[in-house]
This record gives sequence, structure tokens and C-alpha cells, in this order.
Amino acid sequence: MQFGIFSVSDVTRNPLTGSTPSEATRIDAIVQIAKKADEVGLDVFALGEHHNPPFFSSSPTTLLASIAAQTRNILLSTSTTLITTNDPVRIAEDYAMLQHVSKGRMDLMLGRGNTVPVYPWFGQDIRNGVALALEHYNLLHKLWREDVVDWDGKFRTPLQGFTSSPRPLDDVPPFVWHGSIRTPEIAEQAAYYGNGFFANNVLAANFHFVPLVNFYRERFAHYGHGTKEQAIVGLGGQAFIARNSQDAFDSFRPFFEGNPLYGNSYGLEDFAKGTPLSVGSPQQVIDKTLTFQEAFGDYQRQLWVVDAMGLPLDMALEQVELLGTEVVPVLRREMAARRSAGAAEAPTHQSLVAAKYGSAAPRQPTPNANRGDNLTGARPYQDTAEDVSAKLPLVG
Amino acid sequence: MRNVPSDTPVRLVVINAGVGDPSTTRLLADQVAQKSIEAFEAAGLKTSLSVVDLAPLAGDIARAMVAGFPGEKLAEVLEKLAGADAVIAAAPVYKAGLSGLFKSFVDLMDNDLLIARPMILVATAGSARHAMVLDDHMRALFAFMRALPVPTAIFAAPEDWSAPELSRRIARAARELAAFVSSGVGRDIAGEAWEQYQHQFGSKAARTDQGGEIVDFDTDLMRLATGGAAK
Repeated sequence: MQFGIFSVSDVTRNPLTGSTPSEATRIDAIVQIAKKADEVGLDVFALGEHHNPPFFSSSPTTLLASIAAQTRNILLSTSTTLITTNDPVRIAEDYAMLQHVSKGRMDLMLGRGNTVPVYPWFGQDIRNGVALALEHYNLLHKLWREDVVDWDGKFRTPLQGFTSSPRPLDDVPPFVWHGSIRTPEIAEQAAYYGNGFFANNVLAANFHFVPLVNFYRERFAHYGHGTKEQAIVGLGGQAFIARNSQDAFDSFRPFFEGNPLYGNSYGLEDFAKGTPLSVGSPQQVIDKTLTFQEAFGDYQRQLWVVDAMGLPLDMALEQVELLGTEVVPVLRREMAARRSAGAAEAPTHQSLVAAKYGSAAPRQPTPNANRGDNLTGARPYQDTAEDVSAKLPLVG
Repeated sequence: MRNVPSDTPVRLVVINAGVGDPSTTRLLADQVAQKSIEAFEAAGLKTSLSVVDLAPLAGDIARAMVAGFPGEKLAEVLEKLAGADAVIAAAPVYKAGLSGLFKSFVDLMDNDLLIARPMILVATAGSARHAMVLDDHMRALFAFMRALPVPTAIFAAPEDWSAPELSRRIARAARELAAFVSSGVGRDIAGEAWEQYQHQFGSKAARTDQGGEIVDFDTDLMRLATGGAAK
């Protein structure tokens, strides 16, 4: 079981001081937060992707690569990578590179994105959102598994004899989570490929996402990847922790009430009671998180948002510290004790390498020599299988 | 939607958007409910009646609009509606339109919550000049919801309260409702063709009566999800 944090990458006014951090300040802050998460022993740090102010994370692989260089153990991920508006070829290249420079300490979560104008900024149309997500992933899946790809789809130019480079580290593709809050097609795709499924588990009633997670589990089993219990499930959540419950509510209230997304809806107490938002002492956050395991079944990844709503850096760091020292160690014990024997472990690069190669040495793709035309032909790697051939475009 | 008639009573749910106490809208809704119970009885059906007053839920409705999801109390009411065999929807007319409270409540319903559900539309107003709001606005709203409002809708302006025709119209609407319910037309429409309507995954309609999610695997998107090609 992995525990960690995910950030939306919002730049929000601090309601206590009335001041809004600059992009530079927030970008520095998020690196500090990720480093702190690594120091206190959290397993995962994930970062969103947005292409408009007031968000700063338009280029997650660049930022995650920098964080990878400054951390030791923590696995870096996204929440989410936009599979709709990014060219899957770029995703294949960028994330394979991140996988190399982080030495496999990464995976990614794919999402559609819900900001309508972003689609045309990248030449797409939100009305095709679900189809884009599905088709783009089909291509991404191939690009990471086949040295030479011929491909023809609806949403981008066809590929003939294309090789996405670098090949994934150890020729083992990064693990992929598919994030969705209501779309059975996305859960179906996650199940079909045996990938992970993530429900953000925020801004909805308690256990609202159980039916979709159960649907994914059933389809995962249907496609023969294992039992329903072995499906790879991740959940989000949001936490604000203080030593005692009343301090948590008192400290968090101005941030909650000052936030347009939350402050005009239910009161803080009702929100904390009726939704997955955890506010309170470490024990209260532990108790609430254990209800997730009870309702959703054994799962593999729990992420919390701790830096949103204009929380200043020192408070966000304190949240990470409390999670890492007071909450997660107890949850690791308690969840392990409640875990059924058949439940899957969270996938890592090491576990995927072991699953693919056993004790054998992993493949290390090595290109053929440059022929002088900056191309290596239909068999780009020295060990590319003999039967690989590409439909190269005909000239003339 | 369950099989009617049967030994179990008809689940009749009244939604009242009148805010006064006493409220003329509630008074009219009660009369329509009473006549409906009598009409069900005449058709050999027992009734289990629930009345939902929206006024005490006004704050919850407003907060749910902003939050994007209903709180506990509202979720219970919506689940009750999802399980209703027949519905009486009663709203006051304000400023030439349906009460905003009523419309906001309907805005919180899943689109498939009331598919093929027999219902009586009821409205009150301060003037007979508002009479067409019922058929022009409320009926259109429930057409969008794919519900089954009976042919007679009940409207009462101040002068109607002293007119015997009002009671006769109520009795007529109640008979129509009983005919809809006892014929099983809702079951025939929604029960057999449920998957042919649009559903959003996780809707309250699917969670109650239909006993599970409807997911159509025979679609272009589902083929695309499983490695196939989009058309």
C-alpha cells in the first residue's frame, strides 16, 4: 500500500493575509513540499497538469524531473496527465525520459481535464473528450510496448514505422493509472489493459465513487488480469490535520470558507462529515481513511491534497510532516492488518521488472548505428526482433 | 420500476414547493393526494404516501447547487423519488414562472430519476393569468425528464378555491393517475427499455429500483476502450 500527496497546482490567495503567491513562489514551494514528503517517508508525490492561470503546472515532467533529482525514495506521479489534449507521442517520449532520469521512480495517471477552452488551445474539441482519451491511450500503450509502430486513428496523423525514444527504462513501460469520476468507458479501458484505476474521491459524498470502482474491479476480473480483489485501485482525499480536532477545524476554517469551490457550499463540519475531506486529529484522519478501505475494498494507493486553498508553505509542510509521522505509519499497520491475503501490492518499477524478467537481466535497447541519414530503418535496435517490419510511406 | 398491481402499496410521493405555513400549494397537493389515494383504492391498490416539503430543504438545495452534489437529507429525498411509483409535483408560480426553489430542486435530479413515472402536475398562483405556466413550463420540464404527467394538470388561482370545478378536475387527474399506475405503462416503458434511455453512471435511479448500473458495452466508445477503432 502506498501513501502520498497530490497537488492540483493551484495558485490561491491566502485568506488570512489576503496575498496571493507568485508563480515563482508556488513553484519553489511545491518542490519544498515534495522534498518534505520524501523526507518523512511518504511513498508518492503527484502533480496535476493545467494550462491556464491560476495554476502553475503546465509542464509536469520538467518539474517532476527536478524533484526526482532532489529526492531519494519517493515515487513521482501525475494527477493528472491530460491524455486528451497532449499528443500521445509526446507523452510517450516525455514520460519515458522522466522514467530514465528518475531511475524508474515514477508512474502516471491519465485524465481528460475539464477546462473547456484548453481543448482548442491544443487543437482539440472537448466534445470528443472521451474518445480522445481512449484512442490516445491505445496509441500510448503501443508506443511503449512496440519498438516500431504503425498506427492509424481518428485524432492524429497516422504513424508509419515510428519508434518512440527513449524506449522505457529496462523496456518496462511506466505503470499507468486511469483517473475518472463518472465515465465507465475509462474504467473499462483501465480494466481491459490491466492498468490501475484512480477515483479522486473529493468534492462528492462519502463513498460516491464505490460503484465505479466496483465496476472497474469486475471488468478487471472479466479480462482475466486477476480477481476483483487484485485490481489496482487508487483513491484521493483531502486532509487537514492538527494535534487536536478543534485546532484543526479552527485553523482550516478560514481557508475552507475563503475558497470559492468550498466556501459557498456546505459548512466545514458538514463537509467533513459528509464527504471524504478529513479534518481533525491524526486519529480522526486515520479513522476516516480506514472507512475508505472498508467501503472500497483493499486498495493500493491513497493520496491526499494538502497544499490547496491558499495554505502557506509552512502550514503545508506541517501537514506533510503530520501525515508522514503521525498518520501514515499507523495506517500502514492498520490497513495491513485488515488486508485480505489476495490483495495486490502497489506496482513499482522494481515489481514490474521482476514480473517481466524474473531473475534475468532486463533488456537494454541499444540503437543500430546511424546510417548517415539520422535514421536506423525498420529495425531501430540491435535486438529488434527479425519479424518486425513497418509499412513505410510510399514515395512517388 | 416495480410491478403494479401487487400486494405492496403504491409508493406515492408528493413534492411541495409552497413555502407558506399553511401553504395553498400544500393544501392543493394534499387534496390531489387524497383523491389519488381514493382512485388507487377504487382500482384495488393500497397507497403508501410520503410528502416532501421543500421549504425546510431550501438551504440544502442552495448549497447542493453550489457544491455540485446533494447532502445527506437531500440524497434521501432523491432516493425516495427514485423509488416512487407515482409523483405529485406541486409548485407556486412566481413572476410568470415556476418557483425557483422547485426548479432548483429538479435541477438536482439525475436525468433518469423519473423516467416513465406517472405524475400529476400541480400549481397555484395569485392570478389566473399564470395558468399556462403549468402546461407551458412545468410540463415541458417533465418532458425533458421523460416522466409521464397525466393529461389533466391542476391549477388553482384564488377564484378556483370557491369553484366546484376544481374538485372535479382533481378527481379527473386522480383517476388518470390511477389508470396510468394500474395499467403498468411506466413499467412497460422503463422496465423493458431502461437501457435505451441515457443514464449517467452512478445515478440514483440506477442505484435503487433498477438494481444495478446499466452499462452498454455495444458502443463505439466501449470498442475504443478495449483497443478497437473509433468510427
